[in-house]
Amino acid sequence: MGSKALARKMDRLLEKENQGLLKSSNISRSLRKLTANSLAISGLVLFIIMVGACIAAPLLSSYGPNAIDLRNRLSPPGSGHILGTDQIGRDIFTRILYGGRISIFVGLGSALGAALIGISLGTYAGYRRGWLDSIIMKTSEIMMSFPQIILVSILVTIVGQSLWNLILIFILTGWPSMYRMARSQMLSIRELEYIQALQAFGIGSFTISFKHMLPNAIGPIFVNITLSTAMFILQEAALSFLGLGVPLEQATWGNILNVAQDLNILRNAWWVWLPVGLVITFFVLAINFVGDGLRDAADPTQAG
Amino acid sequence: MQHHTHEVILEIKNLDVNFYTNQRCNKALRGVSFSMRKGKTLCIVGESGCGKSVTANSIMQLLPELSRIESGSITYQSKKGEIRIDTLKRNGQQMRRIRGKEIAMIFQDPMTALNPVFTVGFQIDEMIRSHNAVSKRAAAKKSVSLLKDMGVSLPEQRVHEYPHQYSGGMRQRAMIAMAMACSPNVLIADEPTTALDVTIQAQIFELMLELKVKKDMAILLITHDMGVVAEMADDVAVMYMGNIVESGTAEQVLASPAHPYTRALLLSIPVLGKGKNQKLEPIRGTTPDPYNRPPGCQFAPRCDYASPVCLEQMPPETDLGEGHMVRCFNYKEISHAAR
Amino acid sequence: MQPDKNPVREVLMKIENLKTYFPVKKGVFKRTVGHVKAVDGVSLDVFRGETLGIVGESGCGKTTLGKTILRLCSASEGSVKYQFPDGEQDILQLKGTELDRARKSLQIVFQDPYSSLNPAFTIFGSFADPLRKFGVKKRKEQEEIVAKLLADVNLPRDYMTRYPNEFSGGQRQRIGIARALSVNPELIVCDEAVSALDVSIQAQVLKLLKKLQNEHNLTYLFITHDLSVVEYVADRIAVMYLGKVVELAETDELFKHTLHPYTKALLSAIPIADITRKRKRIPLQGDVPSPVNPPAGCPFHPRCKYCTDRCRTDAPLLTPGTSEGQIHYVSCHHAQEIAEGRME
Ligand SMILES: Nc1ncnc2c1ncn2[C@@H]1O[C@H](COP(=O)(O)OP(=O)(O)OP(=O)(O)O)[C@@H](O)[C@H]1O
Ligand SMILES: Nc1ncnc2c1ncn2[C@@H]1O[C@H](COP(=O)(O)OP(=O)(O)OP(=O)(O)O)[C@@H](O)[C@H]1O
Ligand SMILES: [Mg+2]
Ligand SMILES: [Mg+2]
Repeated sequence: MGSKALARKMDRLLEKENQGLLKSSNISRSLRKLTANSLAISGLVLFIIMVGACIAAPLLSSYGPNAIDLRNRLSPPGSGHILGTDQIGRDIFTRILYGGRISIFVGLGSALGAALIGISLGTYAGYRRGWLDSIIMKTSEIMMSFPQIILVSILVTIVGQSLWNLILIFILTGWPSMYRMARSQMLSIRELEYIQALQAFGIGSFTISFKHMLPNAIGPIFVNITLSTAMFILQEAALSFLGLGVPLEQATWGNILNVAQDLNILRNAWWVWLPVGLVITFFVLAINFVGDGLRDAADPTQAG
Repeated sequence: MQHHTHEVILEIKNLDVNFYTNQRCNKALRGVSFSMRKGKTLCIVGESGCGKSVTANSIMQLLPELSRIESGSITYQSKKGEIRIDTLKRNGQQMRRIRGKEIAMIFQDPMTALNPVFTVGFQIDEMIRSHNAVSKRAAAKKSVSLLKDMGVSLPEQRVHEYPHQYSGGMRQRAMIAMAMACSPNVLIADEPTTALDVTIQAQIFELMLELKVKKDMAILLITHDMGVVAEMADDVAVMYMGNIVESGTAEQVLASPAHPYTRALLLSIPVLGKGKNQKLEPIRGTTPDPYNRPPGCQFAPRCDYASPVCLEQMPPETDLGEGHMVRCFNYKEISHAAR
Repeated sequence: MQPDKNPVREVLMKIENLKTYFPVKKGVFKRTVGHVKAVDGVSLDVFRGETLGIVGESGCGKTTLGKTILRLCSASEGSVKYQFPDGEQDILQLKGTELDRARKSLQIVFQDPYSSLNPAFTIFGSFADPLRKFGVKKRKEQEEIVAKLLADVNLPRDYMTRYPNEFSGGQRQRIGIARALSVNPELIVCDEAVSALDVSIQAQVLKLLKKLQNEHNLTYLFITHDLSVVEYVADRIAVMYLGKVVELAETDELFKHTLHPYTKALLSAIPIADITRKRKRIPLQGDVPSPVNPPAGCPFHPRCKYCTDRCRTDAPLLTPGTSEGQIHYVSCHHAQEIAEGRME
């Protein structure tokens, strides 16, 4: 903010305060900072619109996601098909909507699954420390030292391709980072005196860690889940693009993109890959904006 | 009278400082006035949140972004004449030249002021060299002698150590050494010993007393400990919710307090040597919410002597003679009642 | 002048040769390279109904001593024999339900009023689990108890539905005290219970603690570094230095006939809020030595002006002496000479 603008803002506040107009607001400071963050709000709006559109797919489009129209193959955007059709004549707009359902499900589902495992382990082990924590920590270190995409490729070749396998693999590779995040939160919270007060009453470890400590770490956990969702959606797209993701016959954003491997389509049929590419980009951006906004709002060192 | 024999070096008049965080306006200082004299220690004492640090930070122009000096003046008497600090740019060249060289500040937590990635010696050297045109070697020599003056043992060795290798008391000494590097005329110490043990605190205070006498320095010592005030202060200013409610020499304020807050404060603390049966009188109520300050005298809601006018108006500064100032409508009745 | 201060008092807790060491770990393999001797052979008797003040510089092991007694840290050696209603038991040996029962008798109040309450829970929420643990299962009953506890610490009943961030430091500290009282303990460890409070609030809490002691016949272990506070609250004072008790006596006696050179220096370093009394400071050289490698012999000898060869090699023991009919423990080879002014 420029110094002039800052001075004007202060003048405005001073005047209002002198007139007794300002009241201490009941909404929390974090919430106010979040709503004042226009990027985060536009991200949230975009996110809601996109998720809403995917859910309402049957209402928005009269085609089926796998309905083949052999007379209209690779037809450019136009009247009948808003975003054109692909090489076997499926409506691209419809496929993006239905594909979104699966892609978002994969992203969110994997993030929640990874969070469930990583955070339960991290909360308990971070509070108890000791050998349990050492073992899990070492395991997570091993998991994280593999390049994730290679680990995923190996697992896909072993267990085979399916939607559920993909989610399972994402959860398997995603929990270590969640674990470490939750653990580091717990390590700082466990030193607070209210935890020692609970220990002095002899309250059990499960109650202390899950009931009394976890709620105080929920902010960073939430941020982490949103950001992981974005990451998994990108990974699904990347894997599907390589042909390792969800089986090709199911519409997902990555599978739609997959056809861009054909040089001819890449050159001559931009409508097949560009819109879905943009949709992925915007969706991931929107989630990241929301996540960053949440993180800033929770950060007490940033005045506002 | 002693009060006039010592030259005034820094004078603050009617200082108002507001904070604009949280979409609100917090009037942190509301007409603070005091002056500092060469070779004297002024103690500002008050409870948490009363505005002690804000006062110190305004003198150094170190206020955060969302705050500003609304009115009033901060005048510093430099060798080359008067400087109005409040009109200087916060990070302008002039202000930077004053900081460290003319007015130096030490903080409660030395770790925030010392950079953990440089050796202590290097940081003191930098300080010296940024204000004086001296060679690296001369600066390094000066650093060693400064640390030695501050009572750090083996200074030749310890200049090469990093802040984390120092103990709390040593860090505070290193910071004072840094503050003393350019022989400032004014030293501002914001609770310099609150985080330290009493035995270490005693060492630091000995050091500060020595510097005051030797270098004829003016010291602003901020504290919330009445004991420290009684030990260290030549002059005292008692602060409550952004006002100085009483000021004067240590003798005047501590031995014959005029403001009900000063009195209450003195009655609420256990004094060593008075034993188990001393009477403690807690001050009733709590300090007001800074966003919801009482309209008149800030202390009125907790004051036993408050009259209707106290609830409406801020009492003006009243001079009781010989530099003893009090902000209270009823100080006369109170001193009668107490007798 | 002194009334006879030696009535037979009931020993509530007998600490014997208590040691708490923390391993210092270094390197990739987390090898133990030494020990922080936080509490290094403390023996103390705590009498029922008294306030025993524990003072000393930062890092001398006061908090660790308190936590070890409450089993929040595990002891390396020694015993803590406690007079439970059904007989004496060593707290350090208790397990399972026996330990849980012991926890009903011993509680703790912490220093930092801001971190001692869970910000995510209402005040009631902070009380609910401890109460449930000790058999109060119905919410109605729990509420009644919390209301009564809040009343005990002079807070209105409706505070129980509010969150900690709505309270000032002094109010939080009183809530912390109420929470410790919720299980009807006999002994409360107050770890710097007023140190973080504003001066004007300190008096409120100190008076409250005294009042509660009378009403509930509580025993306090009052840990602090502030000697003016401890003089006001404590019946007896133990001075700690580097994990050891160096002097122990009735409060008046300790202040009147200070024996240990460390206690003397400590007392002289305290700023007194009374300008009519000026004293000479006895400046102490140097900092507190590291508890990992405490000096050989008397732990205080590197900073002591009376230090002799014997002090460098021979560790003095805490030995009782009597003065004016009171027992005064001190661990210094030269206590007698210092007391008689033969060592200036
Ligand atoms: N960086 C800041 N942002 C917002 N408000 C602030 C800031 N610093 C101080 N204030 C407000 O200014 C007022 C005075 O605070 P100040 O820090 O001067 O108190 P203090 O007397 O130094 O207290 P303490 O003894 O706790 O250090 C308080 O109401 C405080 O909330
Ligand atoms: N969990 C721990 N692990 C390792 N060292 C510890 C631990 N807790 C305390 N210590 C060390 O034990 C020593 C005694 O610490 P303790 O907290 O008991 O001191 P204290 O007397 O309470 O000090 P203060 O007045 O600063 O609270 C210190 O050197 C400290 O660093
Ligand atoms: Mg301050
Ligand atoms: Mg402690």
